[in-house]
Amino acid sequence: MPRRFVVSFVPLVAALMCLSGVTLAQTWNSSGLPRSAFESPEGKPAPAPPRDLTGTWDAGPGGVAGPGHVASPFTPWAQERLKDIKPGNGPRAVTEEFINDPLSIMCDPAGFPRLLLYELRPVQIVQTPNQVLMLYMFEKRWRVIWTDGRALPRNPDPRWYGYSVGRWQDDYTFVVETIGMDDRTWLDNAGNPHSADMRVQEQYHRRDRDTLELTVTIDDPTAYTQTWTPRNKLPLKRMPADADLMEMICSPTEAAAYKKLVDSQKK
Amino acid sequence: MRNKLAGVFVAAVGLLVHSVLLLGHHGAASFDDKILAMKGTVTEWVWSNPHCFLKYDVKDESGKVTNWAVETQNPTTMSALGWTRTSFKSGDVVTLTLQGVKNGAPIGRVRTVFFADGHVLLATGVTAPDPLPAK
Repeated sequence: MPRRFVVSFVPLVAALMCLSGVTLAQTWNSSGLPRSAFESPEGKPAPAPPRDLTGTWDAGPGGVAGPGHVASPFTPWAQERLKDIKPGNGPRAVTEEFINDPLSIMCDPAGFPRLLLYELRPVQIVQTPNQVLMLYMFEKRWRVIWTDGRALPRNPDPRWYGYSVGRWQDDYTFVVETIGMDDRTWLDNAGNPHSADMRVQEQYHRRDRDTLELTVTIDDPTAYTQTWTPRNKLPLKRMPADADLMEMICSPTEAAAYKKLVDSQKK
Repeated sequence: MRNKLAGVFVAAVGLLVHSVLLLGHHGAASFDDKILAMKGTVTEWVWSNPHCFLKYDVKDESGKVTNWAVETQNPTTMSALGWTRTSFKSGDVVTLTLQGVKNGAPIGRVRTVFFADGHVLLATGVTAPDPLPAK
């Protein structure tokens, strides 16, 4: 390599490294978009690309529903089930020593659809020829939504996150049907229950390039007298393509340490 | 303002919490509505899920020292509010406003942190620093 080139090349690389260092420093461990991103948008947003949910999406403060949701009226089955459910929030909240929330006390998986109804933190959506993958920051979980035309399974073994199939209702609306959820999971922080017969529909409507609206409908006639919609056109905003998400994991070790600390302070 | 806070105090400023803190898996039912203001010395800052914890020693008017453990939300939520794993170190003298618990145990939820160098951190749902009682 000619010496003259080396001499001019080295400072150039150094300068580029400095510049890129500044940029790269902003791309790690993002907790989500700033709150201002959820205030009134500036100007006219760009149109959405057809049949494309690709990107990392953040519902911001609207994604975290601490108190839970107001459910449809319960059936007698659900009222019986509620006798064993002691939530920390919502209209049936109990004091701390009685809470038996499987997620927050035991670090069980949030399960589906609580993942969408409680801590809906940023989610990256990836499309492959036969699947839509949802990669969630909360719990660092993923879901596979099959788009290969298969039918939902009959009488499946229960899963924390169920079995999902999806289809494009139109060029901007993707609809997901999910069944087979484990009935140990709660729907939300208020401890709203569900049965193994629950069917959940998610509708993702890409309103424009930067906005995805999520509607979640619960259809569980064993537990509820009517269908209900705990998420109704919840707007998710597109995050920068280089956003690296934080981990947000319920570690049993950390949860136990937390409980021990709280208990020790009470003595 | 801090000069007026000479000495250590424990004071209930008696403000009602404007809105119940929405997050926190341990629910609102355990927490008291009164806001306490306490100066003390940091002993440990635990940056972990499900809640970060600040442990700090508070001396009351009789000279008795109590180690309080006060929680915030999780690291993700706190990061968005400007808190970090290194926001506190042992020995830092801080004044906190916090929500205690109904049974009087030395635990609670942080609302505002006033550092000795004048900077302030706000917890989830707190839009402005709580007023401190005049000493």
